[in-house]
Amino acid sequence: MSKTATTLFDKVWDRHVIRHIEDGPDVLFIDRHFIHEVTSPVAFLGLETRGLKVMFPEKTFATADHNTPTINQHLPVQDPLSANQLKALETNSAKYGISHWGLGNPKNGIVHVVGPENGITLPGMTIVCGDSHTSTHGAFGAIAFGIGTSEVEMVLSSQCIMQQKPKKMRISVNGKLGKGIVPKDVVLYIISRLTAAGATGYFVEYAGDVFENMSMEGRMTVCNMSIEMGARGGMVAPDETTFAYIKGREKAPKGADWDKALAYWKTLKTDEGASFDVEYTYDAAEIEPMITYGTNPGMGIGITKKIPQAQEAGSGKASYEKSLAYMGFHEKEAMLGKKVDYVFIGSCTNGRIEDFRAFASIIKGKKKADHVTAWIVPGSHIVEQQIREEGILDILMEAGFQLRQPGCSACLAMNDDKIPAGKYAVSTSNRNFEGRQGPGARTMLASPLVAAAAAITGVVTDPRELF
Amino acid sequence: MAYDKFTVLKSTAVPMPIENVDTDQIIPARFLKATERKGFGDNLFRDWRYNADESPKRDFVLNNPIYSGKILVGGRNFGSGSSREHAAWAIYDYGFRCVVSSFFADIFKNNSLNIGILPVQVSPEFLDKLFKAIEADPKTEIEVSLPDQTITLVATGESESFFINGYKKNNMMNGYDDIDYLQSLKNDIKSYASSSVY
Repeated sequence: MSKTATTLFDKVWDRHVIRHIEDGPDVLFIDRHFIHEVTSPVAFLGLETRGLKVMFPEKTFATADHNTPTINQHLPVQDPLSANQLKALETNSAKYGISHWGLGNPKNGIVHVVGPENGITLPGMTIVCGDSHTSTHGAFGAIAFGIGTSEVEMVLSSQCIMQQKPKKMRISVNGKLGKGIVPKDVVLYIISRLTAAGATGYFVEYAGDVFENMSMEGRMTVCNMSIEMGARGGMVAPDETTFAYIKGREKAPKGADWDKALAYWKTLKTDEGASFDVEYTYDAAEIEPMITYGTNPGMGIGITKKIPQAQEAGSGKASYEKSLAYMGFHEKEAMLGKKVDYVFIGSCTNGRIEDFRAFASIIKGKKKADHVTAWIVPGSHIVEQQIREEGILDILMEAGFQLRQPGCSACLAMNDDKIPAGKYAVSTSNRNFEGRQGPGARTMLASPLVAAAAAITGVVTDPRELF
Repeated sequence: MAYDKFTVLKSTAVPMPIENVDTDQIIPARFLKATERKGFGDNLFRDWRYNADESPKRDFVLNNPIYSGKILVGGRNFGSGSSREHAAWAIYDYGFRCVVSSFFADIFKNNSLNIGILPVQVSPEFLDKLFKAIEADPKTEIEVSLPDQTITLVATGESESFFINGYKKNNMMNGYDDIDYLQSLKNDIKSYASSSVY
C-alpha cells in the first residue's frame, strides 16, 4: 500500500478543514448550504438573539418543500402553521439576502432535487442542510450530510460546522443487475444486509460496476438512503456521467471556469491502495426487487421471499414483534399478494424524471386498480415539466392516474397527503417508521417499478411479471 | 441557544427498552410546524403516548406514574432517522437532561450535545443491567458524572465509564456552545473562503 494513497472522502474532507481541535471535532468549511421552512426558523431566531449576520448569504439556498400542498398551489396555504413557516422562510431569506425558491416559483421543488438539477451541487463540495437526506448530493462526489438546527445557525453565522471526522466504509456492488432491478432495490438490499444502524459512525463510498454504470438519478437514490443504515452520508466518485449531467445547468461553471473545474473534478477519486476502516462487497446477481415488511428500512427482503423470523432478522425479539404487530404482518408470511391501499411515487429518493419513466413503463396501456389511491408527486417543477414533455402525463392519465404538484408530500405527511391509520401503502420514499406517512399508516418501501405493479394489480406484485 | 451547565446528575430514570427509536417517534413530523422553540415536550413520543382521541395510552412508560426522572434509558440505535433537532428539544423540554443507550444515531447525538442533553453510550451489558435494576425498583437512582465520565447505579456502586471528547465535555460543563467558538475564528474563515474553489 502506498503511503500517499488517500480516499475520495479524505481528499474532500481534508481540503475543507479550517482547524483541527485536539481531542475534539474539526472545523469544516461548508461550500453549499440548503435551507427549507421546517428546520431553519429557530436558527434565524438564534441569529437575531445573538445579533449575528449571515456570513456568506450567496452560499445558502432556500426552497419550500416539506409542508407545501401538492394540489392548488396557486391558492393560499390553508394550514395556518404551515403558512406561517413558509412566510418565515420567505421573510428570513429576503432579510439576509438568501436566494429563495418559494411556492409557485418555477424552480421550486424538493431541496435535494432542485440543488442538483440547477447545477448548485457540484463535485468536491461540502454540502449541508437541516435534513438527513442531504446525503443525496454525495452522488456528485460531494461530502453532503444532514444537520440539526443549532448547526444550521452555525453555518448561517460562520459558514462552518464542527464535526468529528467519520470513519470510512466502502461498499462495492459488482456484476450486472437483472431485468427490473433498479437503484432503489440496490440500496434497499444493502440496508437489509447492513441493518438500519450498520453504518452509523461511517461515511460510505459506493464503488464497483453497478454504481459506475448507474445514471446520476440512480446514484442520487442510493446516496439518499445512506442515512437509513446510519451513515452520515454516501458518495460516488465523479466521472463522465457526472460531468455530462452537470454541464450546461444554470449555476454550473461555464467556459474557462468549466475547464478549470473539470480538471479538478477529475482528481476526485480514491487512489489505488487507499484504505477504508471497513469494506463490504456484494454481487449484483443476488439482488431482487426489494420491499420492506417492518418499521425500519433495514427490514427489507426480496419481493418473492417470506418475512423472516426474529432470530434471522438479527433484532431483539420484543422490538421485532412490536414492529410486525404495527404492520399487521406475521413471521414466515409471503409479501406477494398482500393488499395495497395506497401507492406513493415521489420524494427526494424517487421523485426524479427517471423514476416516473420507470413507473410509466409498467402502467402504460393498463389501468389503475379501483381500490388503490395513488399519489404521483414530482420532485420539482422541472421534473413536472419533463413529465409533460415526454408524454408521461398522457400515459398516467390514460391509466387513471393524476399528477400532483411538487413537494415532500406523503414521504413525511406534513401536509394533507397522509395515509389513513391502518392502511397499507407501497411507497417509493425512504422511511417506513411508525406513523411516518400519517398516524397509524403502514408503509412498504419499494422501487417505482414495484409501486407501479402494486398500483395496477392492487396487491404486492413482482414487477418482472408485468413486463 | 445557551443551555444549563452539566456536571453531576443524580436521578431516577425512565426505561424504554425498545431498539431503533427513531426521531419520528420522538416527535412526529406534524408537530414540527412551530417557528419558535417552545412546547415540544407536550408532543414527546406523541403517538406512543396518546390514542387518536387524545386519551393517554395506559401501557406507555411516560404515562406510568411509577417512572420519573431526568434520565431516559433507551434501547440500541436511539435517535435514528430524521435530523430534526426538535426531537432533542422535545426530550429536553419534557425534562430529561441525559439519554442513555448502547448506541446512538450520529445526528441525534450531535443535536443533543448542542442543546445540553448528555448522550451516554454504555455497553449492551451495562444497559441490560440498568433496565433490570429499574424494572426491579423504579426508584433506582443513577448518577451520571460528566467530570469523571462515569455512570453509576447508586445502590450497588456498579459503574461504567463513557466517552465524550474533551472539547464537548468542556462546553457542556461550562454551558458554552459552538457558535461562540466559531465567531472567534472569523478571520481564518474569511481567509479560507477567499481562496476557496467554490
